[in-house]
Parts: sequence; C-alpha cells; structure tokens
Amino acid sequence: MKKNLIEVKNLEKYFETSAGLFSRKKSTIKAVDGISFEIPFGESLGLVGQSGCGKTTTARALCLLDEKTSGEINFYNTDTKNMESIDNLNEEEMKSFRRNIQMIFQDPYESLNPRWNIKDIILEPLNIHNIGSLSEREDAVVEILKTVGLTPPENYLPRYPHELSGGQRQRVSIARTLIMKPKFVVCDEPTSMLDVSIRISIMDLMLNLAKDLEVSYLYITHDLAVARYMCNRIAVMFNGKIVEIAETEELLKNPIHPYTKRLISSIPVPDPTYERVVYDIDFTELDNIISKDTENIGMVDIGNEHFVATHDVKGIL
Amino acid sequence: MQENILEVNNLNMHYETLGGEVAAVKDITFHVKKGESFGLVGESGCGKTSVAMSLVQLQADNAKISSGSIKLDGQELIGLSENELRSVRWDGISIVFQGAMNAWNPVIKIGEQIREAIREHYPNNSKLQNIEKIKELFEMVGLDESIIDRFPHELSGGMKQRAVIALALSCNPKLVIADEPTTALDVVIQDQILNEIKKVQDLLGLSLIYISHDIAVIAEMTERMAVMYAGRIVESGPTKNIFSDPKHAYTRALLESTPSVVGEKVKLNSLDGEPPSLIDAEIGCSFSPRCSKPTENCKSGKSEMGLIEVANGHFADKCCVECG
Amino acid sequence: MSNSEKEARKKIRRAAINKNWSLFKQSRLGIVGLGIVLFFAFLAILQPILFLTGVWNEAVYDPVVGYEPERVNLLVVECPQQYPTEKYAEPNDCPARGEVNKVLVFDPSVSVGDYYETSLQPAPPSSKHILGTDSLGRDIFSQLMEGSQVAFLLGLLSATVGVALSTVLGSIAAFFGGRVDAYLMRQSDLVLMLPFLPLLFIISAFVELKVWHLAVVLGILGGLGGSVITIKSAALQVKVKPFVDSARITGGSRMRILFSHILPNVAPLALLFMVFSVTGAIASESVLSFLGLLNIDMSWGLMIYLSQTDGYIFSGLKYWWLILPAGLSVTFLAGGFYLVGRGLDEVFNPRLRER
Repeated sequence: MKKNLIEVKNLEKYFETSAGLFSRKKSTIKAVDGISFEIPFGESLGLVGQSGCGKTTTARALCLLDEKTSGEINFYNTDTKNMESIDNLNEEEMKSFRRNIQMIFQDPYESLNPRWNIKDIILEPLNIHNIGSLSEREDAVVEILKTVGLTPPENYLPRYPHELSGGQRQRVSIARTLIMKPKFVVCDEPTSMLDVSIRISIMDLMLNLAKDLEVSYLYITHDLAVARYMCNRIAVMFNGKIVEIAETEELLKNPIHPYTKRLISSIPVPDPTYERVVYDIDFTELDNIISKDTENIGMVDIGNEHFVATHDVKGIL
Repeated sequence: MQENILEVNNLNMHYETLGGEVAAVKDITFHVKKGESFGLVGESGCGKTSVAMSLVQLQADNAKISSGSIKLDGQELIGLSENELRSVRWDGISIVFQGAMNAWNPVIKIGEQIREAIREHYPNNSKLQNIEKIKELFEMVGLDESIIDRFPHELSGGMKQRAVIALALSCNPKLVIADEPTTALDVVIQDQILNEIKKVQDLLGLSLIYISHDIAVIAEMTERMAVMYAGRIVESGPTKNIFSDPKHAYTRALLESTPSVVGEKVKLNSLDGEPPSLIDAEIGCSFSPRCSKPTENCKSGKSEMGLIEVANGHFADKCCVECG
Repeated sequence: MSNSEKEARKKIRRAAINKNWSLFKQSRLGIVGLGIVLFFAFLAILQPILFLTGVWNEAVYDPVVGYEPERVNLLVVECPQQYPTEKYAEPNDCPARGEVNKVLVFDPSVSVGDYYETSLQPAPPSSKHILGTDSLGRDIFSQLMEGSQVAFLLGLLSATVGVALSTVLGSIAAFFGGRVDAYLMRQSDLVLMLPFLPLLFIISAFVELKVWHLAVVLGILGGLGGSVITIKSAALQVKVKPFVDSARITGGSRMRILFSHILPNVAPLALLFMVFSVTGAIASESVLSFLGLLNIDMSWGLMIYLSQTDGYIFSGLKYWWLILPAGLSVTFLAGGFYLVGRGLDEVFNPRLRER
C-alpha cells in the first residue's frame, strides 16, 4: 500500500465576478470544480489540459497562494505520521508546510527578483527559515549551484538575473526551490518558454533531483509529450474537472474518455511518415455535459489504477 | 521540373547595433517550388524570423541586407523602391507574423482591417465586392461571417489567428510565409488551424513557407525543409529524408531531443550549452561547442563550411558530412 | 564572502554603472541638464573654498554681512526738468555713471559741480565684484553662490523626504489593499486638491519657516500627493510577478516581501520622481522668498525680493545685476534638474530607448 504524500478531495475554487457595469447579478466562474487525486511519495503526477482548464488554479490552491473555496487538501505530516489537513495551520505547522512545498514558475524572466543577485536569491529560503549558520548557508548555495550545473559557482553568485539566459535562470529557480529539500514541488510549465534544445537538459535535471532528493512533482503542462517524459501518472483536466487519470503509458495506449482521445490525437508527431488520425469530438456538447455535472459524478475505476469520469459521453462522439 | 516560386541566393543580413554589426543571416540559399510547403526550423536567435522579414522587406530600421538575391517568381526583390515593394507585399508574398493575433488594432473591427489591405491592392473594388471576398476567405478558414463586424477583443485566440490567416490570403498572394502561427495556441486549436492551412493550400494552390521551432509541426506540414543554426542553414532537403537520415549534428540533436506521445518511451538526449549569441564572432562551426563528436577541425575552423549535396536535393554542411 | 567573490561583485557593479552611464550619455537633454546642475554645484562649493583659502576677505564678500568699503567720488549735478537736453537724452540718463543728483545729497555744504565722496551702492560689476553689489554693499556673486547652496539643500532634502514618504505609502497601499489602500488613496486625492502655494502661505503665517522647515513641509506635501498613486500602480505590477509568489510560498513574512522585494523594484521610479520634485522645490522656495514669507538669510528668491523692496525692480536694465543673475539661476537650476530627470528616464525606462 503506497504511502500518500498528498491527497486532494473535491477541491473547488470559484471566482465571483459581476456580470456587467450596471448589473447586480454576480456570476460564478468555477475554475476548479471538484477534483480529487493522490500523489504517493516519490511519484510525480502530470496535470494536463488546455489553457483555462483550471490547472494553474489548482496549483496555486495547493501551495496556499490563493484560498480554495471548498474541499480537502491533506498532506503527510512527518512528525505525527499522519495525513493532516492544511486548513487552519498554526504558525509552526505553517512553517513546516512552507519548507516542504515549493513551486517552479513558467516564466524564467519574471520568476527571479531583478534587483537581487543570484546568491541572495538562492539564500533567501534558508534565511527565511533560519537554517544553519551563515557560512553553512553559503556553502549550501555553492553546492546546489554545482548540482544544477551552473559551474563554476563563483561566476554566478554575484550576477544578476538579466545577465543570464532563460535556461540558466530556470536552473537558478530550481536551485532556489530545491535547496530546502522540499518533499513536494509544483512545476508550472517550467520549460515551455525555453528553447527546444535546452528543455531536455532541464527536465533531466529535475528528474535526477527528484530521484536523489525524493521529491514528488505536480507537473503542469499543456504538452502531453512533456508530461509523458516527466511523470508516472497523468490527470487530464477539462473545464475544471478531471476527466481521466491513469499511469502515463496506460493513458497513452488506452485512453477512454473522448477528450483524452482528442487531446492525444491532436499532438503533432515528429515523423513525416506517420499518418496521424484525429479523434474529433463535439466540444460544445462536452462543455454542456461538464457544466451540468454539478453533483460531481465521480470517477469509475476500470482497473489498472485507471479512472475515468462517468459522464454520459455518447452525445459528443 | 516545377518552376520555383521563390529563389533565395547567398542572402546576408546584419543588424547595426550599439555593440557593432551583428550578422543575423549568413549566406542563406534555398528555393521553394510552386505549390509546395517549405519548412524552416530553428530555435530562438537562429535567424529564421530575420529571413522571413527580409523576404517581405519588412526588416527593422537598423537591419541591412549586405548581399544576396531574393527572386519572387523571377522578379528580384532586393533593390526595389518602397512603392514597388508595396505592390509586391500582400499581393505577391504575404506573411502571418509571430504573435500576429495580438497585432490587430483593438479599436477597429476585423472586417474593416482586412478591407484596408484589400483596398490597398484593389482600389477599384466596391465595398460589397470586398465584403464578399472576406466572406469567402472566412469560409475557407472556418470562421463565421459575423466575425466581420466584431472587434479583436471579442474573439478567442484561435479565432484571431484564423482571421490573421484570412488577412494574409486576402490579396491572392502567390507565397505565404507563416512565422510560428500556432505557437501560443492550445494543441487542439493548433491541430484545427494546421488543418485549415492545409485545406486552404490545396484549394488555392498556394506555396507556403512554414517557420517554427517545433520540429513535429514541420514534419507534418512540409515537403521540404531547412534547419537553421546561428544564422546559417546547416541542413536542407526533403523532409522525409532529413528525418530518416539526418546528416548534421545539430539536426540529429534536435530530433533526438523531441519527446513524442507515440511509440515507445525513449530516453532522450539533451543538448548541453545554449544557442550562441550572434554578437560574438564565429570561429569555425558555431555548433561545435555543443556537438557530441566535434573534431579538431570543427572547433578551429579549419574544416570547410558550406552545403554539399549528399543525396538528391539533400544538402548538409560539408564538415559534418565528412565526420559522419 | 571570498575575495574572488568581492572582485566579481566590484567588476559587475562597475560594468552596470558604465552601461547606465553610456545610456544616459545618449540623451542630449540629460547631458545638458547634468552640466547645468554640476555648474551650480560647483558654485555652491566654490564659496567656502574662496573664503577658506583667503582669496576672498570675509568681511567684504560675505553675502549677508559683507560690505564693500570702497568709496568713490561723484560729480554732483542737478537734473533738469525737461528733456532732451544736450547732455541727457532721457530722464533715465540723469544722473549718469559717476554722477549723483543734487536732490539725493543731504549735505547742505555740497553744491552742484562739486565732487561728493560716497559709497556707491548698488555698484555695477567691476573687477572686484564680478556681478556687482546690492544696495547694502554685499557682493552679488557671493550671494548667488550662497543661494546655490540653499537651492541644493532645499531641493535635495525635500525631494528625499517626499520620495521616501510616497514610496513607502504607495507600496503599503499596493501591498495591503483593502481599507488601507482606500484610505491612502483618499488622502492622496485630498492633498492633490489643495492649492499648493496658498497652502504654503497659510503655513508660513503659523510657523516660522526656515530652510529646513520649508524643505520638510515641501517634502511632506509632495510625498502625500499624486506620486503615491503612481508608485502604487508600479508596486501593484511588481506584486503580481512570480518572484513575489515565490517568496510567499517560501514562507516570507509580509514585511519581508514588502521591503525586500517590492520596494527595491519600485525604487528606480521613485528616484525619477525625486529628480523632478527638486525642480518644484526650487521654484517654490523662490516664490515664497520673493513674497517675503521665509526666514532665510540669503537665497535667490530673497535677492529678487530685496531688489523689489529697494525699488530697483522696475529700473529696467540699469540695475540688471540685481535681478538677472538670481532669476536666471532659478530658471536654469530648476530646468537643469528636470533635464537630468529626462535623461534618467532613458536609463530606467527601457521602452523609451531608441536602440
């Protein structure tokens, strides 16, 4: 029985907006509409979907950047050896939470403070949590720079972000994120703004670090090919709901939900001799079905740890 | 033997900056046959957008073409006056810019902006004729004709991009350049738009230059292609040949570092280092710092650069061909 | 920090300064402005140097209490009733240089045609006094330099106070939002609505305004006004950047995020404001001194004030040295700071750069 690091149950995040200038009516945008998943220790989950499907909102709710509307988020507490909710954490628990959860952002140009040099950027988490003595902290910074491939470290410590390339900046982000040895890192499309030839090296770096430091990732991306490379399991999101979730290879070989099939079949294949057959669906119909599903129909287990949402999907084929 | 719609020979272009001259396009030679799709693949800073801009002579103020020739259907474009160029642009050759969906004027309706382009080339058309033409174009790209009266902010990203393609087709160009037209779009929409492009191309017999950093899209959309690195073409030829038998180390590296959803899961090879900055002067092969098997000649510049033919129509940099 | 690190830091800082300088150099306005500011700064420093090195005798050249003891001999004349005559073309020509009107001489023993010894104040520029003297015998050039010191002091102090205030308030409004933001914005609106100069007049009626006081008042008024709104919008833009999210996730306290992350990124904009507000400060001071509302020993505004109370302000170009140097200095220095601000804009606002 795998030990879970994170359990999410029926997470919901709604945004209230007013409908117009003179209208009193407020409309609700259900960005995340009741999703559930688990991530065991040492495994990574990919969250895949198109823009606006709610994956970034989920990430932000998990990191307590934005407050969720309802639902449960439970983390494994190493002290009590129990799954505990992250609601109403006291100060000490919050500190421990903040030490163990980190996030890597998509934009290498905006995720580092342009006025700080690299050394201070990477030192910051250690300073906030008061870990070790000053010289120990500085040593740790040098070590992590070597680990992420920014060598020799002395060349990078006094530099400012605008002097580094996109790939180097993401490495700094990774260094800063992992210097605390967190258990869980949310990655929000960290390679989508990088050059193609650099992506693999960054992804390999993250995979190696995951193995060495026993970190689990929630990897958010719209690119299924990248999710395949990085994750054990993949969850497919559409309009705030998870429509299918399974182990990576299982999902790709045996997709059940029509949306998953459409998604997989839309991806261009780097082989000119491959005849790609697109599995087209009626999106308006799918939209209808999903938005009418206010009771969270739930997922059915079709074996092999493969779950599919149980909407009536005949109308969209 | 088909005639070529575009012939580019030994094109050299540089930017004049504070730091000195930066060569962006170095000795580029390629041709596009009538009715075919030609792909140009490379990463940021490799010069592909500079090439695109040079083809329509819309380069930045501080960009200068130092030598070379660009022949569109036999007519030389370099050296034409601005007036002569304006009649060629949009009419002979049109371009779908990178990020074009954000290039719509937000306070003018879509239909009006397209009519502006048509009026420029067909001043004698009546308003009704132009609107009919736009309706035709919209049908081709899969847009509802009510879009004509909408403002850009009312459209989704995919719709805006389709409208951009309609705009590019509005003056019956012979050649369309598409510079990363689907980069910012979701993969499902990208798929739909790529289909539209293919459909339109077949319908109108268009020639197409497709520029992208995504080698999978190039594989699906083009019949012939060229790979660019640091301002130069390092390999070119029929798409199928290049994928099955890549000769240049960079091409091979690109192919090996692209993850795919079909087939077995393979361990990909990463490419060390970064694409070079064009400001630094080049000694020898600019790819050698990242090559997995560089020879001494590659690094010191003793090996000869320049494309040689390795098979029918398939060209690659000489030095790479020799070291294999 | 190891030695090699210190070396690297120094090199990087030098490179950054060089780059900013070369950007600034491109702006011709900025260079002109900088030249003007440096010129007046030089003047400000020059005065104490001249005194200390003994080139100038303090008794003579002190701007407030100096006195030129030189006495001249003037020919006593009687100015005719009707003009033009063979000697004088206009009423203004009598008495001419070197002459004095009989009416103004209060010594009954002196008559027309005699030579009367007196001290001639205000004296026109001469080799001893480059810009002449005022009606009390004080050297104008020395006064100009003293005024320069006052202008710099006042300008920079008020700018610093104002910018510090607006930066902190703007950042707090952006960061905390809600009621704090609403209150600060309303306060800012209120200050914007108040008429600036009349307010200063009223304040000067209640409080004796010396240079320091004026600087702080100007700083507070400026700092609470419109600049808070602009800085707040800049801070809002910073607040939503991923690196701020990153700091929040890491567990940074709100104070830490505000001071370590948001403020440093808002600072360049604030610096720009600072330079522009110096312009306003210098101009305000000269207006207030001109109206006699300030308790200042010497400033440019005061120089013009004195020439007005002594009645020379409408004498046209005859006593130009009493008015022009001071007036031009105010214009030039205020304008100079403005131009420097324009030049700095090129450095800090990359979107404006042409290349």
